[in-house]
Amino acid sequence: MTEEILHTMTLSAPPRNMREVLRYAGCRGRDEAVERLAKECMEEAWPQLRYRACWRRFSVERSGGEIDLGFARTGSETAGRFLEGCSGGIVFAATVGLPLDRLISRYGRTSPARALMFQAIGAERIESLCDCLQQQLSAHFASEGLSLQRRFSPGYGDLPLAMQREIFQVLDCSRQLGLSLNDSLLMSPSKSVTALAGLKHGVCPVGQEKCRECSKKDCNYRKDET
Amino acid sequence: MNILDYLKDHIVYLDGGMGTLLQAEGLQPGEYPERWNLTHPEVIRRIHRAYFDAGSNIVNANTFGANALKFGHEELGQIISAALAQAALAREESTSPQEKFIALDIGPSGKLLKPYGDLDFEDAVSLFAEVVRLGADCGADLIFIETMNDSYETKAALLAAKENSSLPVFVSNAYGEDGLLMTGASPEAMCAMLEGMGADAIGLNCSLGPRQLREAARAYLRCSSVPVLFKPNAGLPKRENGKTVYDVTAEEFASDVAELIREGVRLAGGCCGTTPEYIRSLVQQAGHPDPLPIVPKDVTMVSSYTHAVMFGSEPILIGERINPTGKKRFKQALRENDIDYILEEGIRQQEQGVHILDVNVGLPEIDEPAVLEQVTGELQAVLDLPLQIDTTSTEAMERALRRYNGKAMINSVNGKAESMQAVFPLVRKYGGLVVALTLDEDGIPATAEGRVAVAEKILREARKYGIPKKDLIFDPLAMAVSADAGAALVTLEAVSRIRKELGCLTTLGVSNVSFGLPARDAVTAAFFAAALEQGLSAAIMNPHAAEMQKTIHAYRALHGLDENCAEYIAFAARMPVETAVTSAKAASAPGDGVPGAQAERSRLQTAIMKGLKEQAQEAADILLATREALDLVQTEIIPALDEVGKGFEAKTVFLPQLLMSAEAAKYAFEAVKKHMEGNADPAKNIRKCPFVLATVHGDIHDIGKNIVRLLLENYGFSVTDLGKDVPPETVVGAVVRTHAPLCGLSALMTTTVPAMEETIRLLHREAPWCRVVVGGAVLTQEYADEIGADHYAPDAMETVRYADRINELVQKGEPSV
Repeated sequence: MTEEILHTMTLSAPPRNMREVLRYAGCRGRDEAVERLAKECMEEAWPQLRYRACWRRFSVERSGGEIDLGFARTGSETAGRFLEGCSGGIVFAATVGLPLDRLISRYGRTSPARALMFQAIGAERIESLCDCLQQQLSAHFASEGLSLQRRFSPGYGDLPLAMQREIFQVLDCSRQLGLSLNDSLLMSPSKSVTALAGLKHGVCPVGQEKCRECSKKDCNYRKDET
Repeated sequence: MNILDYLKDHIVYLDGGMGTLLQAEGLQPGEYPERWNLTHPEVIRRIHRAYFDAGSNIVNANTFGANALKFGHEELGQIISAALAQAALAREESTSPQEKFIALDIGPSGKLLKPYGDLDFEDAVSLFAEVVRLGADCGADLIFIETMNDSYETKAALLAAKENSSLPVFVSNAYGEDGLLMTGASPEAMCAMLEGMGADAIGLNCSLGPRQLREAARAYLRCSSVPVLFKPNAGLPKRENGKTVYDVTAEEFASDVAELIREGVRLAGGCCGTTPEYIRSLVQQAGHPDPLPIVPKDVTMVSSYTHAVMFGSEPILIGERINPTGKKRFKQALRENDIDYILEEGIRQQEQGVHILDVNVGLPEIDEPAVLEQVTGELQAVLDLPLQIDTTSTEAMERALRRYNGKAMINSVNGKAESMQAVFPLVRKYGGLVVALTLDEDGIPATAEGRVAVAEKILREARKYGIPKKDLIFDPLAMAVSADAGAALVTLEAVSRIRKELGCLTTLGVSNVSFGLPARDAVTAAFFAAALEQGLSAAIMNPHAAEMQKTIHAYRALHGLDENCAEYIAFAARMPVETAVTSAKAASAPGDGVPGAQAERSRLQTAIMKGLKEQAQEAADILLATREALDLVQTEIIPALDEVGKGFEAKTVFLPQLLMSAEAAKYAFEAVKKHMEGNADPAKNIRKCPFVLATVHGDIHDIGKNIVRLLLENYGFSVTDLGKDVPPETVVGAVVRTHAPLCGLSALMTTTVPAMEETIRLLHREAPWCRVVVGGAVLTQEYADEIGADHYAPDAMETVRYADRINELVQKGEPSV
């Protein structure tokens, strides 16, 4: 079952995390010139960014090794693991809008260093937006005695990217957020995320070590395991 | 009665939400509402009838998302036909007495247009055209384009409506809380574009409640000369007692919308969450008063996809640098289709504060229509200034205007009958502010009076095409004072008279006045100041000329256009820095002897290694006075780059640093290129073998590819960059054409690796001499082997190293494969 109501919201700017920006840019050491560039780019992007999201609640039914989410059915083990013990969940889409695509495109032609930085800023901004949204929703569901679990997205683990289509349908992403999906299932604006997260009864601790739990050990962006 | 006749002296009531009501009837989230025209026709009819009964004059048929992206052509025809049939039945059944009309409803395609999405503009036009033709055949009274959140898609839909029917077209956009469309356009920008293209009514709908949309609606009322429509949501949905309710009640809604009707909104209804009850309540509250007249607004605007530039209150600067006339380096860029060079020229002018960019790519040996269309599109992908399409070719003008996202400036028309016959129909169709030169079959009149007379003739002719005075800007032609001592005075008088006697805007290509004189900037700037005093509205000028900048900043301060002279003060603060740089340059000028050159050498290398672009270019400039260009490249630039590259491979230098160095090296190369300008082919001596580069079909990520390109170019490879989302055949075509021994392919997503594999397969078959190197986030050595790549490069430096090895083989004459 998918709940009838579709929530659309604008969030205030999540606090910026320059260390994350530098990590996404592939900079592991400290370098004054690079940090200055990152700061300049952040200043340029900041006033243009908008933080928008929409979400819907769904309930989980299990039958014959498959999970029915109301808007989609899946046999994905990843989904099974993330939704274990959950009677429902939320599906959401979030975006920081088109400006970063424009900046990346503008500088991609004239200054790849800046383009790389805007790319990294986009990654940091959208991840921070998702974190903020999850915090807000966690608080919202806590009042119902539910705890919101970690998010996971189509394309992660064995959850097929094709689920993007169903998510776009059920969240009306085009109309609500101005998102569009191309034939390769990539989103525009590119700094957008769709994800699902389970809802569990009771107070359950939610792991925060995203990198440590991930099975992609050779990832360029993997945080040092310290 | 025709809806446009009815609209002349009535408030027109629109309908309310459809989706919300269908959900209450059992439509599932994600299910297409348009299919209900076929499966639940009685429900659709009942809802339409309820709106007519509530007092709606126009009901939108249930065709919002009906297009060939969602439905097969056959089903699409059935859906549209059934939709209009149910609306017609509802109109017959309703006993309510008001005039009733049925609109073909057109919503967004759900796809974003290129360059940020993957739907081509012309494909979007075709998509909407099909719907328009079907709707017109099925008897729609008008076309209602709505909820559009992108200006470009709105243009595609309006163009399709205009080209495929003669029905009235209403256009409505969805604005966010920031008062802008999702892709950034302001209400003023949309007014400029839509009015220019001939929409019959324009306005806003959806996204927010009436109060949050009020300011955007008022912006429409301020600048629109056509009726304004308003169709907001019933606020935001919330859950109450197990039911979905919206947070604006019917009474609140009606009172908020009625207020805007009193302010001049001519057509009103509701969107998501509104029901027949809302419309009934609105009709009761607002009633049927005599509407406020629709007053033509005397506001001249051009627009980009984000904002409008308004003429009249202060001088508008039009950057002239995108023009090959008298510029060797620019001509070379055009011949080589080096679009990036042109884009950089545009970006630099934007940084100098111009409001509009003139775009002229006229060069006899190139395909001007194709290049103008391409450059217009590429410029709009990287900067948000309105453009002035500058060409003498009608074909080039039309192609650029058609693709232009916004309302362009058009340069130019003149008083010759032939010119007006060619240009005015384009202005009529695509909208635009057209520069009108005051010359005709008899040449340029020698007197101001004569030029005013030509201007009057042009005005009269424009009126016949329905082009209002506000969409013409006259250029009374600045001529060289070196050839005719009275030339400037005549032009200045013409500026003044056109403004005062005709009440029209004026523009000038100011720099012409100083042609043939030394130290031209001083004369040009003085003329510019004089013309501004005569009321000149805009100038085509060189924003890099310091004298021009001084003049405009001083003028703005003197005319009360610069509060507290803040901009002037900021400008002045930048001035001494420039002087300091110039004098430093002079101090270290060539001829200093060996020690000076020695110091410069290390300065160039240091600048590159630290990623300091301007310093790198400057140091290279100075060295080039005494050193051979090729020697400089091989003993200075490349070794510096190499050192950074090695650091990157050893992980002591990180990607951003590598790129900053590469960019600084590029600036040094630019100095080398400029220096060698005029030599047969500057590239010949330093260039290595051709290299074809592309992001594969279906993939739109190109940062990695751009990085590889930058490094390859620095290392002297002749790179053909095909861009992103490139079909396999295009890659093969380029490799065959250039006979490149190397091809680099990039893919970021697992979903696009099959496209990469297909491209490699085709390359190996059609161009067996070519080695394919692949890279991208998703690839690994195993993956690369599996899809038959010749080499896997985990990063950009590795691509360079591999390319160098292959280049050596090729230079030695060894067969590539």
